[in-house]
Amino acid sequence: MTVTPASVDDVSAGLRSVGYLPGDATALVSYLAARLGKPILVEGPAGVGKTELAKALATYLERDLVRLQCYEGLDEAKALYEWNYRKQLLRIQAEAKEKDGPAQPWSDVQEDIFGEEFLLERPLMTAIASPEPVVLLIDEIDKTDQEFEAMLLEILSDFQISIPELGTVSAKSHPVVLLTSNNSRELTEALKRRCLYLWLDYPSLEHELEIVRLHTPDLDEALGRRLVEVVAMVRDLDLKKPPSIAESIDWARALLLLGAQDIDADTFKETMSVIVKHRTDLDIVTERIGVKLGSGVGGTARGDAAPAR
Amino acid sequence: MATPLRPGNPGAGGAASRPGARRPGVSTPWEAPTGMAGSVLGFGDELRSEGVAIGTSELLDAFDALQEVAWTAPDDFREALAATLAKSPDDRRTFDLVFDRYFFRAAELAAVREGVREDGGLDLDMDGANAEMDLDELRKQIAQAVADGEEGKMRDLARLAIAAFGRPGEGSGVLGVDVQRIRRALQLKAEPNPEMPPEDPRSEGLPREDIRRFEQMLRRELERRQIERTETLPPSRPLNELERALPSGPLQDLAAVHRVVAQLRRRLKTQGNESRGHKRHAHVDFRATMRASLQTGGVPIDIKYRPVRPRRPEIYVLCDVSTSVTSASVFFLSVMHALHDSFRKMRSFVFIERISEVTDIFHKERDFKAVNEAIAKDAGVADISGYTDYGRVWREFRELVEDDLHPRATVIVLGDARTNGRDPAADTFAQIAARAGRTYWLNPEPHLYWNYGDSVISAYAEHCEAYECWTAEHLENFVKALTAPDAARR
Repeated sequence: MTVTPASVDDVSAGLRSVGYLPGDATALVSYLAARLGKPILVEGPAGVGKTELAKALATYLERDLVRLQCYEGLDEAKALYEWNYRKQLLRIQAEAKEKDGPAQPWSDVQEDIFGEEFLLERPLMTAIASPEPVVLLIDEIDKTDQEFEAMLLEILSDFQISIPELGTVSAKSHPVVLLTSNNSRELTEALKRRCLYLWLDYPSLEHELEIVRLHTPDLDEALGRRLVEVVAMVRDLDLKKPPSIAESIDWARALLLLGAQDIDADTFKETMSVIVKHRTDLDIVTERIGVKLGSGVGGTARGDAAPAR
Repeated sequence: MATPLRPGNPGAGGAASRPGARRPGVSTPWEAPTGMAGSVLGFGDELRSEGVAIGTSELLDAFDALQEVAWTAPDDFREALAATLAKSPDDRRTFDLVFDRYFFRAAELAAVREGVREDGGLDLDMDGANAEMDLDELRKQIAQAVADGEEGKMRDLARLAIAAFGRPGEGSGVLGVDVQRIRRALQLKAEPNPEMPPEDPRSEGLPREDIRRFEQMLRRELERRQIERTETLPPSRPLNELERALPSGPLQDLAAVHRVVAQLRRRLKTQGNESRGHKRHAHVDFRATMRASLQTGGVPIDIKYRPVRPRRPEIYVLCDVSTSVTSASVFFLSVMHALHDSFRKMRSFVFIERISEVTDIFHKERDFKAVNEAIAKDAGVADISGYTDYGRVWREFRELVEDDLHPRATVIVLGDARTNGRDPAADTFAQIAARAGRTYWLNPEPHLYWNYGDSVISAYAEHCEAYECWTAEHLENFVKALTAPDAARR
């Protein structure tokens, strides 16, 4: 049975219970989406937990997660439905053999082979046709063409799909839809209009500390604080690829494994590759952060973590 | 939890304007529909006037959303509106600014109408020697609060500061001036001040961002007092570009340029692929199909298609950085910078007398300022005179890329086409343009000046499409022109 949240706090607590710590806005928008049946457009830098949010929502709402990963050149046949023409061909051949008499009139065959039996469901169709409500995740929508966005419009606003040969398939249940985007291109106004908008940014120090501690409960409190402060400093450096939340967690696990007591210049240099994964970035980080840690400054992330941009 | 919203809901609290008790002279754009609904509609109007695209459907969504949240909780109220009305980070920034301004004004208006006044007990009880000591103490406290960045404390102290240093009644009438005067009196500075005792946070300088926030609170409080005193609202003033700009961006245009270039990328990518929509799968790979049909006794059940490969545009950008276009070259470099963010297969060149490839610099440096400096330092494009020599540039460019140019490439030239009397070598340019698929010229001069003096843009315009381009808006027009049907010739 699926869960229907009764208040924002419910959603917040529910997401927490499945291991996702939502910010205030995240909980509120998720709640609104569940109540109003509107899709959510989640934007933000890579690695802030956009996809994770969908998974957590699915777990919390006790629904299945249907995921459509977008990429350049994705089309209807791979997103919506496709006719299983092999089966159709075989059917026609089989019929012809069986009868072995005068051929069936074309109209009969046509009705026959364009039925639901010959329809291959793709993710969007699955989400719409599912008897139980699901969570539909359309991941990285900004990777697709504009044409694909246009096709989504019908689904997002009316939850139905028009199949020329079959008619309109309406949703049997109302899915919670999440679209994620890394903001690599501007989405069309029409799409945005149909969605609630949620901008996920890197979490605040406190929030990230909470997240890290949730995933590595054995980590020393002080060390954890130090870790998120350093990560925040690294993010401030304007790198090619700033460290994501998942990478902070990985780093925390690595430190735990190594039994590190404190993050000093040496530990940092050895384990830095967990959070920084670009050669040019590595140079910048060693230069800026390494020195800072070495000279013993840098405990307070406020004043000194403001490099010129 | 879900409280139905009706226009004129009597429970609409502080933020809502109420019907009745209108005073003459209080001009109010949100008078027509009253109550909460009216306020939200007025807010939507104000957002529109600041350039946020809000349709009726968005407003309907906003009302739907407001039914679901307890709108007496300010944060939820704000987030619910933001989720339905502001649909990009830029819009969100504008939203926050307008939200503060609009509901602040709405609340003040309601206060004026109802005749509510704050208890002004603080500004009177300071006199004589007692006040001297208090002021010093107050300075220190404020500096501490600013250094800690505590929101609530700063707000309270802002009031005290105005009471102590604001000299009630003799304000200059210009809020900004008053704010700065109070800030100076408080000695709030970002620079370290060694004269202060070491335990005072001011001795090490205060965080700039927090000082700015404190100033905002001062301004707000002063504004509130002014409204209270005069019992009228000052005319609402549109956000200026500065307030709207990226908080950290050194160049305010940079964000706008990036946005337009993102569009440009989309257009360049899809243009020339028009057949993809309906003819997408028209190309059956006959050989492969026949081979596969052997499995099924010659019946072609498994049809093989030729794969459709998305086209990746290749772009060559040439940018003039000579002195005649100094003012424009920052803009041009920011265009290049944005292009580099969007296109992987892109080569950039800067030129004055000779040409120099700077693709690597853009790949290495992501910071726009650093790119600028690196180009100024290492490009080495000025030879003797420092004047642009287009003829030589074309010849050198042809030599550099001759083998790589092909009909799928796009060449974009950013320059004013002023040759300083030298040979324009239009025929060389024509050869380049003929080899490349598309060639565009973006000229930073207004149309009026084209072909005056030593400008030879018309000689080049024969072989390419020339556009006037010196603001982000022009750039947007250029992008639009790209998709116009007549521009789609290939």
